[in-house]
Amino acid sequence: MDMNTKELKKNAFRVTKVRGVTSSRVRVPGGLLKAEYLGKIQKIAETYGNGTVNLTARQGFEIPGIPFEKIPEVNQALQEIIDGTGVNQTGKERGEGYPASGTRNVSACVGNRVCPYACYDTTALAQKIEKVIFPNDLHVKVVLTGCPNDCQKVRMGDIGIMGMTEPQFDPDRCVSCGACIKACRSKSVDALTSVRFRPERDSYKCIGCGECINACPDLAWTRSQKKYFRVTLLGRTGKKNPRMGVDFIKWADEDSIIQIIKNTYEYTRHYINPDSPGGKEHIGYIVDRTGTEEFLRWALKDVHLPDIAEVYTPLNWNGVEYAHNKYFGNQRYHENGTIVTDFSK
Amino acid sequence: MGYIADTSQFEKLFSYWKEEYEIWAPRRFQGGGRFSDTDAVRYARVDSPSEIEFEEKSAYSWKETVFPPSETLFYFSQNHVEEAEAPAKKRLVFLRSCDLAAVRRMDQIYLKNGDPDYYYARKRDGLAFVLIGCPHTCENGFCVSMGTNASDNYDMSVDVTDGAYYIDCPQEDWSRKLEELGAAPAEHKPSRVTENKVSVRIPDNLTYEVGKSTMWNQYDKRCINCGRCNFVCPTCTCFTMQDMYYDADGKVGERRRVQASCMVDGYTDVAGGASYRKKNGQRMRFKTLHKVLDFRERFGYQMCVGCGRCDDICPEYISFSHIINHLEEGMKEAQADDNSK
Repeated sequence: MDMNTKELKKNAFRVTKVRGVTSSRVRVPGGLLKAEYLGKIQKIAETYGNGTVNLTARQGFEIPGIPFEKIPEVNQALQEIIDGTGVNQTGKERGEGYPASGTRNVSACVGNRVCPYACYDTTALAQKIEKVIFPNDLHVKVVLTGCPNDCQKVRMGDIGIMGMTEPQFDPDRCVSCGACIKACRSKSVDALTSVRFRPERDSYKCIGCGECINACPDLAWTRSQKKYFRVTLLGRTGKKNPRMGVDFIKWADEDSIIQIIKNTYEYTRHYINPDSPGGKEHIGYIVDRTGTEEFLRWALKDVHLPDIAEVYTPLNWNGVEYAHNKYFGNQRYHENGTIVTDFSK
Repeated sequence: MGYIADTSQFEKLFSYWKEEYEIWAPRRFQGGGRFSDTDAVRYARVDSPSEIEFEEKSAYSWKETVFPPSETLFYFSQNHVEEAEAPAKKRLVFLRSCDLAAVRRMDQIYLKNGDPDYYYARKRDGLAFVLIGCPHTCENGFCVSMGTNASDNYDMSVDVTDGAYYIDCPQEDWSRKLEELGAAPAEHKPSRVTENKVSVRIPDNLTYEVGKSTMWNQYDKRCINCGRCNFVCPTCTCFTMQDMYYDADGKVGERRRVQASCMVDGYTDVAGGASYRKKNGQRMRFKTLHKVLDFRERFGYQMCVGCGRCDDICPEYISFSHIINHLEEGMKEAQADDNSK
């Protein structure tokens, strides 16, 4: 059996354990789709696959058990779903399936269409970003979440986008009930204090979560007309140095974020290790190689941040380093909690 | 007299009013809602008819026209007191039948319950009312049960349909103005709600004994004592005083009164640190019996006007009409408990 696995993977099919059998990976930008497409996914699974569907970690579907020879038919059947989820097919003929798989599905929490905490329409912004970055072979994960609760775990992605609102205070509507102060203290960062019967907001502490606004019984606190975002950078999983994304910008705006994402692709194309396995390299490892300064020089090109924005300097890289274990292999915890070193090893 | 005015005529009437009045009405604040990308509809000053929200019920009531959430009464320094400026103009308020019925309750407390309240009276004097007709019931209102669906003590009423303003205008000066503006005479009575989705029955035998019922206990946990129900209520009149000092010396400052809520912590705090009604269920009992029993015993008519705003806004989906409709059962339980002793 002859199969170009590079082409297969690029077409969003997987090389599986079973020879000659693949699975189809369906992207759902923003994680929201019309229910009718579930029926179409079901039909593909039952007609070409083994009748099951996997819900993926990044809000897509994976339809397993598809024989290689059925790929053209599956791609034909996928066309309606591709159209319906607004996925770009630049450079590919219709009916030939997904044109790339490197850039991962842009995932998003349920957002402000449903959730009272969300500070923006995560689905709409995810779909907008999808249009900008897909199709693309670079292995990039963009993740969106509605508020600093971060239900979507944006810090595990390369670019994390976390909704914020700048609380607006109308003193004439304040009845000094203290609900905002309690909510901020118990659920957020304790950025409010009572000064002369009114809450005073420490804008340095404030993370723009909007708890004060939701708690206020009298609309003394309301949301800013402009929407803001915290941008986190270069979270990654994997076998070398897993890392939570670190804070990059607080109070960024949508235009800046889109420019930063475009710039990050430029940077990655320029600096990616051409010999990286499968042409995949987490951007974070590239930044480890080039240095943060070089990355920032690219990332912030032509970015015009709002006045309120704060860029974190320096970026506080962190993370687990599995490879370091070998240096500490001669150490173990004693029952009493102290570390015992075995110098014979 | 009845009229049909078009938008331009109504705008001219509005300009005529503005010479004498500051106009308050339900107004939509785009993006001004509690949640992201939601609007707020609440009372505010309006400068043109297009700013009035005629369709959606205002989440906060008409009372903010005369009783704002926070109001400075006077400024003080060591030996000097200066009264806060009174509104420069009289006020004209657009409101629905339930709110117009609530005006009487507000007056009852602020003007006829002992000496008239000076700060209330100076806003209340000369207040004019334009009734907004209700062609259909709102979601949670029970004005029909409370008998507040057909308030007729208005200066003018208006129903807006497809850009036409259907008017009933007992106020004679305004009638003349409408005629002068060329509004077409046509008999019109404001549209009324004659049936709500919700109805309530306050039991005839209701007494404070119902406080013994277990019906209140569920609110210990369900209610979060946020006070939204009180702040939106067109008949809640409670306030607290704040002497706010501008400086650490405590010599210069202002006295404010702010709306208070019998659901919020601190309401029953007394000197010495004691606090009555600690449990939210007790607060719910107090509020309910004030609205449907205590006020009636004192003044001879019901306080609650059935606007349903407390239902609309409760983040914990506690329904006041549901509570009222459980009072009968609560009475039976309380009395059965008595008999068994």
